[in-house]
Amino acid sequence: MGSEMLEIALQFLKAFAVGGGICLLAQIIINFTDLTAGKILVYFMLAGVVLTAVGVYQPLVDFGGAGATVPISGFGYLLAQGAIKGAEKGFFSAITGSLTAASAGVTAAVVFAFIMALIFKSRTKRN
Amino acid sequence: MNKKGNTVFFKNAPCVTSFAAVCGSKESAGIIGGYADITLQDDMYGESTYEKAECKMLSTAISIAIEKGGYTESDIDLLLSGDLLNQIISASFAARDFNFPFLGVYSACSTMSESMLLGAMMVNAGYVQKIVAATGSHFASAERQYRYPLELGCTRPPQSQWTVTGAGGCVISNEKRGIKIVNGTMGKVCDYGVTDVNNMGAAMAPAAADTIMQHFKDTDTCADDYDLILTGDLGALGSRILKDLTWEKGYDISEKHVDCGEIIYKVIEKEFQGGSGAGCSATVLNSYVFTKMQSGAYRRVLFAATGALLSTVSSGQGESIPCISHAVQLEV
Repeated sequence: MGSEMLEIALQFLKAFAVGGGICLLAQIIINFTDLTAGKILVYFMLAGVVLTAVGVYQPLVDFGGAGATVPISGFGYLLAQGAIKGAEKGFFSAITGSLTAASAGVTAAVVFAFIMALIFKSRTKRN
Repeated sequence: MNKKGNTVFFKNAPCVTSFAAVCGSKESAGIIGGYADITLQDDMYGESTYEKAECKMLSTAISIAIEKGGYTESDIDLLLSGDLLNQIISASFAARDFNFPFLGVYSACSTMSESMLLGAMMVNAGYVQKIVAATGSHFASAERQYRYPLELGCTRPPQSQWTVTGAGGCVISNEKRGIKIVNGTMGKVCDYGVTDVNNMGAAMAPAAADTIMQHFKDTDTCADDYDLILTGDLGALGSRILKDLTWEKGYDISEKHVDCGEIIYKVIEKEFQGGSGAGCSATVLNSYVFTKMQSGAYRRVLFAATGALLSTVSSGQGESIPCISHAVQLEV
């Protein structure tokens, strides 16, 4: 029982370390460069695609779990993985593969965003 | 002499006879809190969109300025106004609440000084007798247009400025009471090649320097002749650059210079570089500064608001940010 709890606690720690590290990198870029938030979003996603293609991102996912798949680079990882899996089946499947892999996530995002927009109203930020 | 260099002189001394400011909750926690006529608890001002709230603030500021001067709508000959939103909808839609003509103007965050400059020219020339000059801005509507909508939840860099939620307006009249507008310097567009939209202060400082130094030359004055040299929204960094630029040319304005953007918020560190927006200079001038001038604390003020003349398209296409600053000299 004790060792199981330790396992879970360690998993959380690793996930937060990896996810937090990715977010820290983004914050440093925001503070020290004039890249807009939109550009950083796209670059991180592309970075996820490229790092998956060269095989570097998978070990990160194995280590950090959701810490690597939840940030936007994880979405790039998902797209790249889907394309690679699809490529094994053929050229056309390589193109549809990434969309198929991401479909559940994108649908969930759209539906939840819609529901949240119905329930909540936006307010002016505090800072 | 009507004009020297880029400065026009008002022989008939048009006067600011009344003024009013409406500001948001964050602004009311700062220096103008006790001086603004209306402070909002909720930045929506009871409206369904931020754009409507911005329009309502401007309309209210105009109404209160007219009322405080003891005028009725029929006394006013003209409204000179503009704002930051596309097609200056806040000013145009606010103007529909009134029964006097409207001439829309735009110089971004320099709109307050531009409208005062034009208004003073018209009153001095005798074409009109009483006009209202007003402008305003709103944080959320400016974010939606220039950066990202709030709903996107984007993080803002620490060097960004906070667009002021507020509106200010004043009545400029041919009556011989109130605060005199003695002259005004028409600004030239200055572009030093700054492309970073998060560093407006650096982009606008050269324009402020150009106009202020032009004003000194045309009026044969220097910083010591004024109690206050007030710029609009250069922020902390922009103010330092301005002082450097004027120092290089032999003018030391450090003692007298104050930037509205730097003083408007209570804790400067929390709001990064300070305030910005057309409403920044409009609220500070039409509450705090004019009240201080009425009490005699400031006797001669050079008000030079600054504006960044970019659009959402131009910065996206990689263009640099041309800026402008118009100035009016105010005296009691």
